Amino acid sequence: MNPARAVALGSALLLASASVAADESRTKFSAALSAEGRGYLHDPAYAGQNGAAASASLSLEPELYVEWSRNTSATITPFARWDSIDEERSHIDLRELALQQRFGNFDLRLGVSRVFWGVTESVHLVDIINQTDQVENIDGEDKLGQPMAMLSWTTDAGVFTGFVLPYFRERTLPGPDGRFRSEFTYAQNDAIYESSDEEHHVDGALRWSLSTSLFDLGLSYFNGTGRSPRFAPRVTTSDPGALAQLLDQLGLAGLLGQLAQGQVDDVSVDLVPVYDQIEQTGLDLNLVSGNWIWKLEAIYQDSRARDYGAAAGGFEYTYAGAFNSAWDASLLMEYLWDSRGDDTAPLPTAEDLQGNMLPPQQIPPLFQNDLFVGTRLTPNDVASTEFLAGVVVDLDHGGLFASVETSRRLGSAGKLALELRIFADAQSQDPLYLLRDDDYLQLEYTHYF
Amino acid sequence: MRISALLPSLALAASFSVALPAHAETPAEKGLAIATEADHRDLGYGDSSATMEMILRNRAGDEAAREIRVKSLEVEGDGDKSLIIFDQPKDVEGTALLTFSHKTGDDDRWLYLPALKRVKRIAGKNKSGPFMGSEFAYEDMGSQEIEKYSYTWLRDEAVDGVNCFVIERVPADPDSGYTRQVAWIDQAEYRVQKVEFYDRKQSLLKTLTAKDYQQYQNKHWRPGRMDMVNHQTGKSTTLLFKNYVFGSGLSERDFDQASLNNAR
Repeated sequence: MNPARAVALGSALLLASASVAADESRTKFSAALSAEGRGYLHDPAYAGQNGAAASASLSLEPELYVEWSRNTSATITPFARWDSIDEERSHIDLRELALQQRFGNFDLRLGVSRVFWGVTESVHLVDIINQTDQVENIDGEDKLGQPMAMLSWTTDAGVFTGFVLPYFRERTLPGPDGRFRSEFTYAQNDAIYESSDEEHHVDGALRWSLSTSLFDLGLSYFNGTGRSPRFAPRVTTSDPGALAQLLDQLGLAGLLGQLAQGQVDDVSVDLVPVYDQIEQTGLDLNLVSGNWIWKLEAIYQDSRARDYGAAAGGFEYTYAGAFNSAWDASLLMEYLWDSRGDDTAPLPTAEDLQGNMLPPQQIPPLFQNDLFVGTRLTPNDVASTEFLAGVVVDLDHGGLFASVETSRRLGSAGKLALELRIFADAQSQDPLYLLRDDDYLQLEYTHYF
Repeated sequence: MRISALLPSLALAASFSVALPAHAETPAEKGLAIATEADHRDLGYGDSSATMEMILRNRAGDEAAREIRVKSLEVEGDGDKSLIIFDQPKDVEGTALLTFSHKTGDDDRWLYLPALKRVKRIAGKNKSGPFMGSEFAYEDMGSQEIEKYSYTWLRDEAVDGVNCFVIERVPADPDSGYTRQVAWIDQAEYRVQKVEFYDRKQSLLKTLTAKDYQQYQNKHWRPGRMDMVNHQTGKSTTLLFKNYVFGSGLSERDFDQASLNNAR
């Protein structure tokens, strides 16, 4: 969102709220300051990526929460990060700047905010309101603030929520120096939209959810600009004649291959994000039975690019008092499916070149027939130690993504978190292959004020 | 319909019929009658909220502090609803635990994680696990419904000069971490003064003492301080309650998932 507009909106909201009776008012200020160090286990795979074996980063997230009464509150949460190697990861965002108002059985939220939908651990298929802040972490759990008007109606038959989303946030993507990209760099400033309204297209969403002792069920519908971009390769050269000659010799696929290896001078390719208009219907379900929670997320998405379905389902089983101690041990298992399978679009030919752009590529889904197995260990100790480890195995191609996250409190206002991610055994047609050299170990200390 | 928790409902639980029978009671009848009366005396609290400071001590005497806010809603015919909001330590600030307790069966629990804005369902079967690393288990903090135990009156005895009934209560739930509890309940006001907890091996595990009781709305007694000592590990936890408010008009809307987002 345009910062000036955001501030103007925020000021208006605050002024509107200030008229509310002040006797119950409450203000809370907090902030999280993080220092992060990452060590990469391999040299980068692609030309242009920063070859440093380690990177450092600092982030700050202050939050101001003002409550004028039990029914009226506002939240302001800016965010900033600085990164030592990737200038695209150095970024700022307005995570929240929203007014919340409750009228009887209605809840209204106006402004920039964040909303999460979903139940599964390994992927978040249904969650679509907020754009992913991809440069923060590849797990997709960090989200950009989304301008919205949200109205919820709570009834005995569940909660009905409607969203109007007047402004689209583009996904953050790593820069040329950064890891977690393909051989080609992203042209994040040149995004193309299907809608002529571009980022001003007004998106809408509806959700119904119901929680009981036995289950939590959500059904959702979204219509608007898809949050996941496709990418159109863009070929740039100062010598079109030489390019035409190369195309004749190598064909486009051959040229792209040589470009990826940095063997062609004066011709460059970058990837332009393409945002399509989509419709997405989603379902999320928890079934609760004793120590078992069964989970299912499923979506069906319709767009000019392709109609497809995807699902993730499994369980979390918690063994309380494991190892004859105060520990809780959970076993997690989820099966991940995507109807797009491992289809890859035919490689582009010279005829596909329109101007200097190729059609957006169908990147096969990362998890199309995959199994996630993980464990969460919670000792229930004074330091609130947590340990979560998991691995996703591609049942078609054998690629493997492993992740370990562990954290504990340090002192009374600090937290230390360790994160390890490994990308192994991916074959070249698996998108995971792009990340094959990006294994990393990260240590983060966060201080809370 | 019984008090929830955290708000030391450690009093007992109950059904409606109360009057102590006139004929010679069996110890089981007398135990149940005492528990029933204790429950009856706290009926109708409606809703309450309080702040709680939790002090955790290890064997060496090192202390760690927690601050939480607790809201409870009396639910007619079922266990209470409670919302626990964490203020300290700061890394968990804004985390909230919503519990719908039930007279029988598992509680319903949802945990709100503010960093992800995520409401996560958690299995309600885990009762014996420690609450926030303390010596209090979830089942110690939860709504104490009368149906959750069977009772036996053991004897009458004074604790610190206060005349008490001593009753044994045996958890009905096989997942309880206890085989039995022995509770001292004062004869004047039916408040829990002390509880001993016996683990699955029948060994004395913990002792709870409650003190500094104050009466609210001329009816509802709540302790200002509770101490739980674990005899097997040497650790202990103190709960200090402040800012009790009763009947502030909380409704189910203050205990739904939408309210979690504003639980700060």
